[in-house]
Order: sequence, then C-alpha cells, then structure tokens
Amino acid sequence: MSVLLQTEPNNNALVAPPSLENQPVQMHTGGGVGAYLRKVGAIADKDLRAEIRAKEVFSTMTVFSVLAVVIFGMAFDLRVAFPTSVVPGVLWAVMLFTGVLGLNRSFGAEVDRGSLAALLLAPVDRSAIYFGKLLANLFFLLATQCITLPAILVIFNVNIFQTWILVSLLLGTVGYVTVGTLFAALSASVRARESMLPILLLPVMLPVFMAGTKITGLVLDGKGLNDIQRWLGILIAYDLIFLVVAFLVFDLIWEEL
Amino acid sequence: MSTTTLPQRTLARTNGWATAQVVINVLTAGAMATLMWASLLYAKDAANLAGVEQTAQRIFYIHIGCNVGAVLAFLVSLIGSIAYLITRKLDWDRVTQASIEVGTICALGTTLSGSLWAKPTWNTYWTWDPRLTSITITLLIYIAYLLFRNGIDNRQTRARFGSIYALIAFLSVPLTYFSARWFRSIHPVIMNGSNPDAQGGFGVGETMGHTLLVATVAFSLLFCSLMFQRWRQLRLEDRIEEIREEIE
Repeated sequence: MSVLLQTEPNNNALVAPPSLENQPVQMHTGGGVGAYLRKVGAIADKDLRAEIRAKEVFSTMTVFSVLAVVIFGMAFDLRVAFPTSVVPGVLWAVMLFTGVLGLNRSFGAEVDRGSLAALLLAPVDRSAIYFGKLLANLFFLLATQCITLPAILVIFNVNIFQTWILVSLLLGTVGYVTVGTLFAALSASVRARESMLPILLLPVMLPVFMAGTKITGLVLDGKGLNDIQRWLGILIAYDLIFLVVAFLVFDLIWEEL
Repeated sequence: MSTTTLPQRTLARTNGWATAQVVINVLTAGAMATLMWASLLYAKDAANLAGVEQTAQRIFYIHIGCNVGAVLAFLVSLIGSIAYLITRKLDWDRVTQASIEVGTICALGTTLSGSLWAKPTWNTYWTWDPRLTSITITLLIYIAYLLFRNGIDNRQTRARFGSIYALIAFLSVPLTYFSARWFRSIHPVIMNGSNPDAQGGFGVGETMGHTLLVATVAFSLLFCSLMFQRWRQLRLEDRIEEIREEIE
C-alpha cells in the first residue's frame, strides 16, 4: 500500500511495476463480471475505509436514530396505551430520516473534499461507482439499524426481532439506498444540498414506507406469510425496478463538471 | 421603419405560434364559461343525495376537470423528460417544466376541491385513500421538482437533472397508488367499475354526463393553453439569457 500512496514520482515504478500483491484492484475498463465486481468492491471499500478513519457518518446516524427513537418514545408515551400500534411507524420513520443523513455525506463528502472529479476519473464504468456507493450506504444503514432496533426494543418494550420484520427491513433498506444513492448524486452539486435531498427522496420512498409499516404491523399482530406476501411483493418490485432504472440513468448525471 | 405604428409592429411580430396561442386561449375561455354554466345550472341534482351532499356534489365537475389537467401534466412531463434525455433538445425540457408548473396548480385544485367535497360527504377533510395519497404525492413530487431545478445554475445540468428526477419520481407514483389501494379505500369510482365500500357515490345522469364531458374538454384546453403560454415564455427567457451572454 505504501508504494501506491507515495506522492513523489517514482521512476522505478514505471520501469518495473510493483508486484501484483501491491495492486488490490485491477482498473481495466473491460474484464468481465469478476473485474466489474472487484471495481464495485473497491469503491465500497474506499468509502468504508474513509468512514473507519473519519468516523463521521456512522456515529452521526446512530446518535440521531437513537435520539429520534427517544423523542418518539416521549411523544407517544403519554397517550398511547399499546406501543405495538405505533412501533411500525416509528421504526420506518426513524429509518427514513436517519438514512438521509448518511446519503447526504455519500457524495456530499466527495464534493466538499474536492475528490469527486478524481472519483469520476477512475477508469471504471460509472455504474460501478454507483453500485460501490450503494453498497457502502447499505452497509452504513444496516449497521445503524443494529443500534436502532435494540433502542426501540428498550424504549417501547416491543420485540421487533422477528424474521419477516427483519426481511422487510432489509428489502426496504435496499430500495431506500437504491433511489437514495442516485438522488444523493443528483443533489450533491446543487445549492442547499442538505435540505434538498429529503425533499426529493421522501415522496418517492412512500411505497417502501407504506409496505414496511404494514408488514411490521401485521407481523406484530401475529399474522403469517400469507397476509404479508403482497407487501413483500411491492418491496421486491420496488427494489428491482429502481435498481434497473438507476443503473440506466446514472451514466447521465456527470457530463460536465 | 420609425413611422410604423404600434398595431402595425404588433401585427408584424405575429407569427404562427402567436396565432395558435390566441385561438387556443379563446377556445379555452369559451369552454370554461360553458363549464361554469353547465355545472351550476344545466346539470340536474344527484337523485340519491340530499341536502349539503347534493350541493357539494357539484364540486365534482371542477374536481374531475382539475384531475384531468393533473394527469395530462403528469403524462406530458414524463414524455418531455424521456424525450429530453434522448434528444437533448432544451425545448423538451421546457415542455417538462411548463407542464409540471401547470400540473402543480391542477393537482392542488384537485386536492383542495376534493377536501371541500369530502367534509360534508365523508365527514372528514382527509383520508388515506389511494387516489388522495397518489395525487398528493404527485403534487409533492411536482413541488420538489420545481425546487430542485431552482438550485441548479448550469442550464444543461438543470435540464438533465430535472429530467432524471421527473423520470424516477413518476415511476414511483403507480407503486404508491397500488400500495395505498391495499389500504382501505372509500373513494367512489364514478367512471367505470365499482367500489362496494364507496361513500358518496352517485349515478351519472344524462345532463351530468354532458357536464362531465364539458369539464374534461374545458380543463384539457385550459391545460394546453396555460402550458403552451408558459412554454413560449420559457423559450423567450432562455433566448434572453443567451443574448445577455453574447453581449457580455
């Protein structure tokens, strides 16, 4: 790694390139599915590594989500007799609002650091950048939910660790970052970026929100797969439709800088 | 040239676009006046409703009309955004922007007129009905689109980002509709099909059918006229911007 990070010109590297051990990813533009997946992995890896060093996104999201759960807990505690009736809404609302924080940083941090142009110059397909960012965002959100769910368990005393709730949460999060990453890229270089993203994103997330709250509510009522499968269908359809569409249009975002 | 009078100069500037605009404006004004007459005087009262509900039913003609405008705007903006992404002609982007601006007003009209009707009929201004949900979400998406455009300086970027957003956002509206449909629905289905849970529905008699037709035509014309006017205005705005840049 140290060889690659050196800034001064290294003439030896031109004559005799360092051994392949030092090149974690081969940045060829062709190379089949394997190479493409490695490029996606490299972009995601870059984001995760930056996050591990800066501890900027995950900490904010976690603190915010716990705070939101506490606020909802206080808001409903005085009036709601059965916490199961509000927990589905709390879970998904917290997830939507928390996600915006992470998504804002996804491309916003690149713009702030001035590294967006460098990222775009990387000899990879634009869609590889999209999927790499998507993976990183997915990871951040799922990691945050690992904190949010216990917080809800503690504050509302409702067990939401049930298979279909977790499945719907995974499907919903995939749909969320699919559209969210695309909109984060759109709003990254726009004035008032931070406030623009939720306005763009939340209306489009409504199907996910409705299906998610419905599944969570039905599972908490003790219903089985038969009752929730149409809602799972909506989540899966949403994920697939927007993955394909985002893949198609992501190339169009950066044409001039 | 300095001896020409104002009417002469106006006449000289009049081209095909302006003539078309005048024709469509006159047609729209006529159709809207006919609609006012038909919906308030010509159409008979709904036979199965009584009292306030019967009076409120007349909102329906405006409600349907606004909805026709909003749906037209929705389709035209979808066509405009796809066409822009393919051809990269700014005229298509102006089509999208103009239709979304008009669509915002129509969607707002639909929502407000619906709420006013719902209070006496459903005894609530608001319910989570699929149609209510999807028109409101469409309205929010329209507004988000307009806000989003305002934040982008580069003309081409603004067109491209706007088109991408319009395309993606509107793909979610059918999904929103279907998810909301599986929640409870009490919205009456007037045109075809039926909803056993509907409240406040009514049969469409002959005079009501005519009025409905007038409403559809009048609001379609209103949409076309407003959109056309706005589209020409946006072209001129862009032209002014180009000339200003040439001077500087």
